Amino acid sequence: MFDWKWDFTIEILPRLLDATVNTLIAAGLGYLIALIVGLIFALAQRTPLRSVTFIVRELVEFVRSTPLVLQIFFVFYVGPQIGIRLSPWTAGMIAIGLHYASYLSEVYRAGLDSVPKGQWEACSALNLSVRRTYAKIIIPQAIPAVIPGFGNYLIGIFKDTPLLSVIGVMELFQAANSIGAETYRFLEPYTLVGLIFLVISLPTAMFIRRFEDWVRGALGMKKLYAKD
Amino acid sequence: MEEQHFPLSLEGDDVPMVRFMGVTKRYGDLTVLDALDLDVADNETIAIIGPSGSGKTTVLRMLMVLETIDEGIIYVDGKPLTHMEKNGRLVRASSSYIRRMRSNIGMVFQQFNLFPHMTALENCMEAPVQVLGMSRDEARQRAGDLLEMVGLEDKMDQYPARLSGGQQQRVAIARALAMRPKIMLFDEVTSALDPELVGEVTNVIRKLTDEHSLTMIMVTHQMGFAREISDRICFFYEGKIAEQGPPDQLFDNPHNERTAAFLSAVNEAD
Repeated sequence: MFDWKWDFTIEILPRLLDATVNTLIAAGLGYLIALIVGLIFALAQRTPLRSVTFIVRELVEFVRSTPLVLQIFFVFYVGPQIGIRLSPWTAGMIAIGLHYASYLSEVYRAGLDSVPKGQWEACSALNLSVRRTYAKIIIPQAIPAVIPGFGNYLIGIFKDTPLLSVIGVMELFQAANSIGAETYRFLEPYTLVGLIFLVISLPTAMFIRRFEDWVRGALGMKKLYAKD
Repeated sequence: MEEQHFPLSLEGDDVPMVRFMGVTKRYGDLTVLDALDLDVADNETIAIIGPSGSGKTTVLRMLMVLETIDEGIIYVDGKPLTHMEKNGRLVRASSSYIRRMRSNIGMVFQQFNLFPHMTALENCMEAPVQVLGMSRDEARQRAGDLLEMVGLEDKMDQYPARLSGGQQQRVAIARALAMRPKIMLFDEVTSALDPELVGEVTNVIRKLTDEHSLTMIMVTHQMGFAREISDRICFFYEGKIAEQGPPDQLFDNPHNERTAAFLSAVNEAD
């Protein structure tokens, strides 16, 4: 039943590896957008301005509660109807970036909340400005608490990049679809796609744990995984 | 505006370093401070004692402006702290005004609240560099001197997690002093320490009263220490000063029955 063809596998491998680069760019760029916008979302929910807090809170809830694939379609196909014409890449990055920004804003929020109240009070007592308090005292302490969450979503966004194929972004999954459509062989391309995802995800997860330990060490905190 | 009947500033020869006038603080239905009046003179050391929930710590938190004020006003060095002058009237102080006034005050907390991601030295350098605009070299020099003063010259590069509670609290004292405050607030600074570590912290505070011209307000449960270093003891009960006076008088001959009951309960516990 399974007639795995090695020569076919080797033939399509370069094409899939090329597409893997696009997948990595999509995941990396999307994640970068999510990191920056997510921080803005998180801080916006802590301003004294109730209206800002409310709007951002609702936006985050809305994005988190609707499917990513719908959001991708929406940005790409509904945009032109109101005069916003975007390339598949731009639309895809906006959609996936905003989607993960909403998730990451919650991770940021939990991280900021994990810093004890006494740290804020010490900053007030020392007269540090709000900006300095965040930049030098609160955010550095929040980082170790957010790394595991950030790591999960990094792998999450990577695994969600195939959804970009629905608007024609030529990433790994779309490349496998094309090969299948051209050759009527699906076993090898899809198996390879799965393997490539696995080969990238597993070391990333390990790297994230190492990174967490390294950050904790750099901040003078106790390491979690390494035996020192 | 209810604040109108308070003076815009305190004038005269005997302006206190700190003055609470009719200060009330409520948390919901609970009145923590009840129209409190309290003066602390320049260079004076006072200890605030009393049962838990009597508003002792709130006095310090109000003075550090970690809490908002419900009624009344606080003056520091003759100028309003919780309010500021605007068109000849007192209005709620803006955050920039509070920051300016707050620079007169340093505070040491029960739980130390050191920055865990900074070494002892960095803890003492951060605010002088960022807030006072000191050069890093000058701040390092000053932080080093202060850590030496509290007996931690060999622990400067340690992170707080590597220090004992007593050592951490001494770093916290050095950190507060690095901002050159006129007023130091000590909020139950030995309560979180193991008994054998209390002495090293009280020794540092004793040294401060001897060698520095600071106004000090401390909330404490250590009656012996309070008696030894204070010029005046204030006994708090239900958000008010029930009795105050020189240590010997208050401890040996309390006039108020609440004070007497509290002191005998504390003595029994010891």
